[in-house]
Amino acid sequence: MAKIISDVVCPFCGTLCDDLEVKVSDDGKEILEVYNACVIGTEKFLHSQAEDRLKVPQMQDEEGNSKDVSVDDAVEYTAQMLCNAKKPLMYGWSSTNCEAQSVGHEIAELVGAVVDNTATVCHGTTLIALQDVGVPSCTLGEVKNRADRIVFWGCNPAHAHPRHMSRYSIFPRGFFTGKGHKARKMVVVDPRSTDTAKMADLHMQIEQGRDYELLSALRVAIRGNPLPETVAGIPRETIQDVAETLKSGRFVIIFFGMGVTQSLSKNHNIDIAISLTRDLNDYTKAAIMPMRGHYNVTGSGQVLGWQFGYPFCVDLSRGFARYNPGDSTSNDLLRRGEVDAVFVLGSDPGAHFPISSVKKIAHLPSVCVDPHFTPTSAVCKLHMPVAFVGVEEAGCAYRMDNVPIETRKVVDAPEGMLSDEEFLKRVLTRVKEIKGVA
Amino acid sequence: METVTLTPKEQSELYIDAENITPDTFAGKSAAEIAELQVFEGNQTQTLGQYFEVAGTAGATAEETKIVIKGDVTKVKYIGMRMTGGEIVVEGSADMYVGAWMEGGRIHVQGNVDSFSGTGMKGGEIEVDGNAGNYLGAAYRGDWRGMQAGTIRVHGDAGSDLGTFMNGGTIIVEGDVDVHVGTHAEGGTIIVKGNGTSKIGGQMVKGEIYVFGTIDVMMPGYIYREDVDLEVDGDSARFALFEGDMGERHSKRKGQVIYGKIYQKY
Repeated sequence: MAKIISDVVCPFCGTLCDDLEVKVSDDGKEILEVYNACVIGTEKFLHSQAEDRLKVPQMQDEEGNSKDVSVDDAVEYTAQMLCNAKKPLMYGWSSTNCEAQSVGHEIAELVGAVVDNTATVCHGTTLIALQDVGVPSCTLGEVKNRADRIVFWGCNPAHAHPRHMSRYSIFPRGFFTGKGHKARKMVVVDPRSTDTAKMADLHMQIEQGRDYELLSALRVAIRGNPLPETVAGIPRETIQDVAETLKSGRFVIIFFGMGVTQSLSKNHNIDIAISLTRDLNDYTKAAIMPMRGHYNVTGSGQVLGWQFGYPFCVDLSRGFARYNPGDSTSNDLLRRGEVDAVFVLGSDPGAHFPISSVKKIAHLPSVCVDPHFTPTSAVCKLHMPVAFVGVEEAGCAYRMDNVPIETRKVVDAPEGMLSDEEFLKRVLTRVKEIKGVA
Repeated sequence: METVTLTPKEQSELYIDAENITPDTFAGKSAAEIAELQVFEGNQTQTLGQYFEVAGTAGATAEETKIVIKGDVTKVKYIGMRMTGGEIVVEGSADMYVGAWMEGGRIHVQGNVDSFSGTGMKGGEIEVDGNAGNYLGAAYRGDWRGMQAGTIRVHGDAGSDLGTFMNGGTIIVEGDVDVHVGTHAEGGTIIVKGNGTSKIGGQMVKGEIYVFGTIDVMMPGYIYREDVDLEVDGDSARFALFEGDMGERHSKRKGQVIYGKIYQKY
């Protein structure tokens, strides 16, 4: 007899779906099936059962050959590496729980490290813009219950956040949105014809890198001022139509993704999109929300925020917190050769950073803490396998709308496998010993 | 004016924070005392003497102190940070934050400077013979007050985000600039003698931008008003005047709406 665990939270994307059901074997050791999740979420649960899963830490020797080492050796290497470095980089944090992040930051403070999360290559620019102009935002519940004008700008939820549209933004019938998608107008702005764009009432197929101009044009149109014939390849009439559509809505929500945060203009795109949202509030209710990727990247920003005052790329090397994207961000540090050790947890820079940065990691003392063997593990000197947070370990995670949700544990981790938090606590204890801190 | 000479000797492994290299900190100190000033390499605290030969003596006050750095200091940040008077000459290139938040005096860099130079500048003068990086004369992150007064002159090119949130002072770039010039500006003057890229004057409330070369895409919020004859930084020419940004808020003075202005040379 298998048993079903309900209300399971999916630890994949920032949508953090909390209605999953997982069928586990009677002894509670094996996941048999996952219901309600998207294919990616399902795979995340089932992959914890993979036959070839790493269970023992692996250390590379000077020739690059891997050998198994004990957990104690892994803790010792990590602690020594962090304590001996002049400016270690502690990167990642987005695929783990807030409890582990908090312990990691304590280590960072002791060793004078730079703590950075994956926002540095995705929504960091959003956070810069929030600081410049503030943000009128809301929760996904409000979107479901109230929003009748939905804009997806430079994002493709059909692939990246597969259940976002069905749970919150387009299809559900909410309290004031009883007709579901029939009463909603969906606008997509994307240079490509994506699967999300194909569903839209209106797809503005914008010229690549001209988002700033188009957003500015929408602001001009909302104020009723004259416009050039075309902006960013979009005719003036279309821009004016979209401005009217948004103004006539009861509740406008703009969702945006890495198509605008990491293309030309970066933070300025978000800055002006927020300004557009603010302008719309003169006519109706409008809000804006980033489509956060990792399931707890928002949480990492939150924890860094309440501990050090800044949401990413916090430089603690001088004993106090400093922050300036462009200077203290991971890729700038790696590219310029400003760090001398790299610790990665809950992220995969090996797969997502530019090759120039990855080469730098390969030449430095480095540790990768991850349940999977990733491209980062391949370049790091030490790979430390850990339990899957959200599958084998509970803990707090923040949804993309900044709502904290307690994830659930559904099965036990393999015998002797540490969680991120347990591993970090052991490193912290050892760091304190080396530094002579009580 | 007394002169202190710093000659780079040991290249640091990482980059160093040297906010103590200012006439204000050096004033009234002997060479030996200056060599004992702190600099920071990552989480290590070192002395200036470890990386530089220090010669000469400083004047009694910042105004009477000149600092000459003989050579490249491309791994040294914060040169001239918060200085209020005196002079710094770098006979080579410097790293980030040159003259950040400076209030007076003069900095002359004979090579290039990296990003964030002249951040939140309140007065004084920066001259760069080579190129400047991004965020020249811009605001610090989250601050709504960029450069407020003073002059920055770059003989080469400058990067992106020039003069973000600027509300006073003058920036002159004799070469080309990258995207985003004067974003959110509420005052001040930016003169670009070379070519501009797109996104010039986006979200600008007030202030003037002069472009002598081309602008590949004009922001949609700018409207052509008239042609004007002007003398700008020694050059007399005819300019097309554009006003905007029409998407942004604008205040009124004597019943007239004040707009940001972009002048483009014919």
